[in-house]
Amino acid sequence: MAGRAFALTVGAAIVALTLGTLALVGLRAEGGWSTDYSALRFTVVQAALSALISVGAAIPVARALARRRFRGRGALVALLGAPFLLPVIVAVLGLLAVFGRSGVLNQLTGLAGLPRIDIYGLHGVVLAHVFLNMPLAVRLILQGWLAIPAERFRLAQSLGLGPRGIFRHLERPMLQEVLPGLTALIFVICLTSFAVALTLGGGPAATTVELAIYQALRFQFDLGRAASLSALQFGLCAMAVLLALRLSAPGGFGRGLDRVVDIAPAGWRRGSDTLVLVLAALFLIVPLGAVALRGAPILVDLPAGVWWAAARSVLVACGSSVLVTGAALALALTPGRWVDLVAMLPLAASSLVMGTGLFIGLYPLVAPEAVALPVTLMVNAVLALPFAFRILRPAATTLTSDYGVLAQSLGLRGVARLRWLTWPRLRAPLGFAAGVSAALSMGDLGVIALFAAPDRPTLPLMVQQLLGAYRMDQAAGAALLLVLLSFGLFALLDWGGRRGSAL
Amino acid sequence: MRHILAFLCLIPAAAGAQDLTVMTYDSFVSEWGPGPQLKQGFEEECDCTLRFVAPGDAAAVLSRLRLEGTRSTADVVVGLDTNLMAEAEQSGLFAPHAATPALDLPIEWTDPTFLPFDWGWFAIVMNKGTPVPHSFEELAASDLKIAIQDPRSSTPGLGLVMWIKAAYGDRAPRIWADLADNILTVTPGWSEAYGLFTEGEADAVLSYTTSPAYHAIAENDPSKVAAIFNEGHYLQVELAAKLATSKNSDLADRFLAYLLTPAAQTVIANTNWMYPAHEVPLPDGFGDLPRPEKTLFLAPSEVADIRDAAVREWQAALSR
Repeated sequence: MAGRAFALTVGAAIVALTLGTLALVGLRAEGGWSTDYSALRFTVVQAALSALISVGAAIPVARALARRRFRGRGALVALLGAPFLLPVIVAVLGLLAVFGRSGVLNQLTGLAGLPRIDIYGLHGVVLAHVFLNMPLAVRLILQGWLAIPAERFRLAQSLGLGPRGIFRHLERPMLQEVLPGLTALIFVICLTSFAVALTLGGGPAATTVELAIYQALRFQFDLGRAASLSALQFGLCAMAVLLALRLSAPGGFGRGLDRVVDIAPAGWRRGSDTLVLVLAALFLIVPLGAVALRGAPILVDLPAGVWWAAARSVLVACGSSVLVTGAALALALTPGRWVDLVAMLPLAASSLVMGTGLFIGLYPLVAPEAVALPVTLMVNAVLALPFAFRILRPAATTLTSDYGVLAQSLGLRGVARLRWLTWPRLRAPLGFAAGVSAALSMGDLGVIALFAAPDRPTLPLMVQQLLGAYRMDQAAGAALLLVLLSFGLFALLDWGGRRGSAL
Repeated sequence: MRHILAFLCLIPAAAGAQDLTVMTYDSFVSEWGPGPQLKQGFEEECDCTLRFVAPGDAAAVLSRLRLEGTRSTADVVVGLDTNLMAEAEQSGLFAPHAATPALDLPIEWTDPTFLPFDWGWFAIVMNKGTPVPHSFEELAASDLKIAIQDPRSSTPGLGLVMWIKAAYGDRAPRIWADLADNILTVTPGWSEAYGLFTEGEADAVLSYTTSPAYHAIAENDPSKVAAIFNEGHYLQVELAAKLATSKNSDLADRFLAYLLTPAAQTVIANTNWMYPAHEVPLPDGFGDLPRPEKTLFLAPSEVADIRDAAVREWQAALSR
């Protein structure tokens, strides 16, 4: 009962911070409603392509990771968390080091006498979004694979089913459960893309709704237009989530005894798995390597202010991670479609509209700079919640359907239920969710600019300040520090959750 | 948590009457901007405490002030530019300052409300050794790939649109269409575009004629150069103003006067990398930079009239 009340409180807080802030902006508006159809079209097309390609490419990678054991597998799985956590401009520069005009790829094609590859355009936007989101998709699909009880695979093997039969009877139902929600998640993430879409889109043809919101708020001070565009984003998000819920079918594999079984098929599938893994690893490691090489030499002599900023950011990240994991768990354990919808709302929120709404709401009460850190913490927590929720939801649903009746008949509830049932069964996704939340909270910047205390910057704000002061080298160093800290926090929490499991 | 919040809320209440709040853009107050040194300099002579508030870039500053409206606690704003001035004026949030001191600008300046504190010419910055164009037409005919900023999210981006409009008038759409294949990409802000240039992805970038001075002086790197165009360069003037709601009006006037003193102007020139509004000696590599022969400038009221149409022209020409 207490769990449900908590879930309702979390839900109300999310609605207040997303739709509530939107309403505050709308109420201050003087102009009417308006939309931007070409921006809308481009936004939807790039988000849909990015989501479908990310998920499509993630399936073979996740399958290869699920059925092969090799040295460095753990490191590769951990690395899958990294691209997703990169600050946008850093990710863009990393990708350009590979795919850009003077990037590795164009140097190779130049040597071979082939025409240059031009990354700028819709394909560049999609490539960047796939780079950022495909690894997340792999992790979530891999979780689904490992959630199929090993007993089902053994049964399939003893019935003489080959890889094709296993796919049909075990893997396809699992994918049907996982993929719709995941595709909707990535679609909504890409919906609010702004800097990536503009920079790699090559020009105003690549205008997204988020950019139109930015323009309306910053240059036109047209709050009505900003609010209506933001409402449009919420509408798109709601459609994607509801569609996903319709398409998704519960897997219903039942319980297992948590044994690990060898399901690696031999023959050509061995070769194809290897190829898939090598390609995926290259796609991730080369741009990440470029980021590391660029920043590493500067890392040792960063100005002192950067370290203070880093400390502030780590503090925010830890606080926000605790908040998010608790809230997401409460939501994930609560049945009902409204939960799925509410938990996705923050993704569709325009960070600029959220920041402006919060500002309108808080300004009469308190000096914005005075609450900069608490507001950062809370907003980051809300923005990270959809990810934590998506990570926990499938496992939590299975937990309830597999063990709910047993737990009830044993009278297992409250803290005891958390201690003896939820924690041991959800440990891996909980660790992953906490890690992702912590790392995401290190990064975000959009909302907080209006509240920022200039003499107490967080690390992402510091990177921005360095970039704005011509100090590109130090900015590269500070950005690498940001990546290392985010990834360190992520890896630590994730490892804590995975320890001893097959993931 | 509640204790921390309660404690933090006390800070503004505890501040005394002799407290000056200056709102400005973020890079102005960073460790490397003019902010910290100006604070120290002014506090030595004013017997007051100077507090900076920095909600983002120049456009964010204006939008924040409009959100705060008459309840604003800011006394002075520093860092609006001439392209934002008409809107700032219309908002009615600003009051005339005490007196306009002698100014050294390439144009006549008489506005009673907005006081220039530094200025610069927009320019295409590139590496020495690449063929330097002498006009937008030569740039359009070249193979150079340039990174520019979006006029819908960045003040330099808007400056470039105004530059081409001021130089070419009705021919602006044609110029943009010819430039389209030279534009590598459009970024949301100045720093992303400048990053693309310093990382070698773009051959050139829209910045200021004074940008090479930073590399020459702070990095000992003389390899950057600004292309000087025959049609002239568009002027950006950065402005400070006093809020009409300021409760420390006299102190605000003193701060505006202080901004134009030689000491403050030297700090601004050497940290903001823009020309001082009141001439002071500049270091080698800065003072002797090549200067354009012709200055282009549209009056703020004119900018307000043509801005939306000019941005639409830009958008139409580059969307093809």
